[in-house]
Amino acid sequence: MRKLIPSIALLTLLIPAFAAPALADLAIRAGTIHTVSGEVIQNGVIIIQDGKIERVGKDTSIPVPGGWEVLEAAVVIPGLVDAHATVGLTGILNISHDQDHRDEGEQMQPELRALDAFNLREPLVEWVRSFGVTTVHTGHSPGNVITGQTMIVKTAGRDVDDAAIVPFAMVAATLGDGALEGGTKSPGTRSKAVAMLRTELLAAQDYLRKMEGEERPDRNLRLETLGMVLTGEKPLLVTAQRHQDIRGALRLQQEFGFRLVLDGAADAHMMLDTIRAAEVPVILHPTMMRSASFSAGMETENLSFTTAAKLHEAGILFAIQSGYESYVPKVRVVLFEAAMAAGYGLDREAALRSVTLDAARILGVDDRVGSIERGKDADLALYDGDPFEYTTHCVGVVIDGVVVSRETR
Amino acid sequence: MTVFRPLHGVLWAVLALILCASPSLAQTQPEAFIGARILPISADEIEDGVLVVQDGRILAVGPAATVRIPEDALVHDVAGRLIMPGLVCTHSHVGGPWAADGSHPIQPECRVLDAINVRDAGIQKAQAGGITTANVMPGSSQLISGQTLYLKLRDGEIIDDLLILDEEGDPMGGLKMANGTNSQKAAPFPGTRGKSAALVRQAYLDAQEYGRKLEAAGDDPEKAPPRDLGKEVLLEVLRGERVVHYHTHRHDDILTVLRLREEFEFRLVLQHISDGWKVSEQIAAAGVPCSIILLDAPGGKEEAVGLEWSTARILEEEGVPVAFHTDDPINDSRYFLRSAGLARRGGMSRQGALEGVTLVAARMLDLGDRIGSLEVGKDADFIVLSGDPLSVYTRIQQTWIEGEKVFDLADDQDRLWAEGGDGASRPQAFTWCCHEGGE
Repeated sequence: MRKLIPSIALLTLLIPAFAAPALADLAIRAGTIHTVSGEVIQNGVIIIQDGKIERVGKDTSIPVPGGWEVLEAAVVIPGLVDAHATVGLTGILNISHDQDHRDEGEQMQPELRALDAFNLREPLVEWVRSFGVTTVHTGHSPGNVITGQTMIVKTAGRDVDDAAIVPFAMVAATLGDGALEGGTKSPGTRSKAVAMLRTELLAAQDYLRKMEGEERPDRNLRLETLGMVLTGEKPLLVTAQRHQDIRGALRLQQEFGFRLVLDGAADAHMMLDTIRAAEVPVILHPTMMRSASFSAGMETENLSFTTAAKLHEAGILFAIQSGYESYVPKVRVVLFEAAMAAGYGLDREAALRSVTLDAARILGVDDRVGSIERGKDADLALYDGDPFEYTTHCVGVVIDGVVVSRETR
Repeated sequence: MTVFRPLHGVLWAVLALILCASPSLAQTQPEAFIGARILPISADEIEDGVLVVQDGRILAVGPAATVRIPEDALVHDVAGRLIMPGLVCTHSHVGGPWAADGSHPIQPECRVLDAINVRDAGIQKAQAGGITTANVMPGSSQLISGQTLYLKLRDGEIIDDLLILDEEGDPMGGLKMANGTNSQKAAPFPGTRGKSAALVRQAYLDAQEYGRKLEAAGDDPEKAPPRDLGKEVLLEVLRGERVVHYHTHRHDDILTVLRLREEFEFRLVLQHISDGWKVSEQIAAAGVPCSIILLDAPGGKEEAVGLEWSTARILEEEGVPVAFHTDDPINDSRYFLRSAGLARRGGMSRQGALEGVTLVAARMLDLGDRIGSLEVGKDADFIVLSGDPLSVYTRIQQTWIEGEKVFDLADDQDRLWAEGGDGASRPQAFTWCCHEGGE
């Protein structure tokens, strides 16, 4: 019987994702509440109504109405916001049928929507949710010069349209080894990749100009989407690990004036002043991303466990991501990546912000998620101790006021 | 920590061998570590402990009140720190130890000895992670991918510097085998699980026949069959002289391994066992030790979909010896202790989790009498930590192997390997000192 427990645990995790939200009245009592936006509250209470946070404060000042469900935990934090993932487009089996993060047919495909591919019922979505991840910025992975679009989505809901906060968040581009092709295919070099990207952006500029004119051209999804980047409507998320690729992304941003979000940025610790001067936010690689594969030469070979701490000390707005994994583990849990950064010197409150409010700010959804404040979505993660410790368990997860996990993970 | 030696590597290795073989000839100054909390693993925690080492061995370990510190000892004050045995990783790929190639699923003749790059930064990073001994293995793309090496992660310039020699003076190691999906591909590789098992059975049957012919020939070289490198190794396995480290994930694959072991009676360590929790009773009944991988998520391939962190707890409850491994680069060696932490999170006892990266792991490599715990007479392999070994905030400060400090967080180059940064993955620099000097 004992051996059945894990599978039963997984089954019970499956259920809440598809149940219609039962917006019962709910209160949370906690030894410590990290609101993130404000003071840490000892012996606190959170009152939830209609899926939103109604009140938060000391338990001595906030009475819990009789008959309400009350969850208790040692520590409560805002539901975690994973600043960049591919979960839901990349599946647990890692076979072609459950990998929708990258179409290898063409190098330049900004028109590919994440919304059309995200699988809310993917077991790995449930996996990350069971550790407290309630919002993910997910979508097309690095790997093509422009792989496609990303979206911001809750990890529970009736379906993808219901769960989505921002159906089209950013356009995902890659500079560096990740987008280089072999043989006679392009781009075969870094210079070629940048030239291809510039050519495409120039074409989009031209398209926008013609759209303003008297005889508009035929609609073109690709150029239309890139046009949204050029007008500043959507940011360009550029994955760049090596310093010359980071510099390349900044150079493109200066030329075309789009909103740039730097992604990965393994070499960021070598060029903190440059990044700070450019005033671009950084979605930093997972702390435990691999730095080498048996020998030097990978573009992440110089990554450091201390980069998050250095970005924080330099005053650069950053978030930590779970990233993309091609093998095992097929998904990373962003909580553990922030924990490892805290273990290597990142201020603990900054580490928590990097996977809650600062992530939400970079994604532009801080009006809804990322902190425990009146009026925000009731997305909460409950733990039996310091959320960063290896041996602590996540004991409950709430999304939009609905308890979506009661597992001990 | 790399020591830039003023001697040619081979010469040094010869000298080191002489020194190791006759410690009485080279009595070194004893060194004492005082003020730390000590986790001997084989005994209860010591609140205010003393560890004394000399000539690469542990001379004394115990409470400050009872351990006599030799008068000539070099004393290290490590107050506020924690000392525990050096970590033992039962499954690592540091140094790129690729043995078998893509030509055939069964290649026991291939040796990690001929493949590993001891200058790979991965070995320095493993030192920074507190790993003092590792079973360095070839991959899992073949059914039998070659002979593994049990290595002390000493600072070395050539592989000989890192070997652990058995009583006959041969390098210690096991045999890497794998089933499941990694080795399934176009012929001559297996296309199915049934074919995988049949190919392995035939290989061992062939080795048995080879052994019979050798025996029949007796001392007459005329009658002996021609030497067969692969079959010689499989014979070592059949005689119980070489442990099989078997990559296996899915419940049915694990049972297939147990069936093969029953038929050929080899000594076995089950490696990875994502689905181990589903067949814990069968594993316990077979009395086979298990080395578990703890990944951040299940899946990434079909055979690992069932992975659960509770496997360690469930096997511990069944009385199965449980260890952990990095599978570096799958998990980076620098946070190997995290695996013990996640096993604890999955419900395993604290003591069991700590033994799984030390003493129990050492036993799986037939090294339980030499390493894995802090006991008098054992190798002076230990680590100095800033705090509790199962905390994310704890940093490994120093790593010592046989009384030599191989990692020190206070050293700039060592810190680079420990934390990463510009150049952290570059192989160790080669020293040209002796050649230029014309020695």
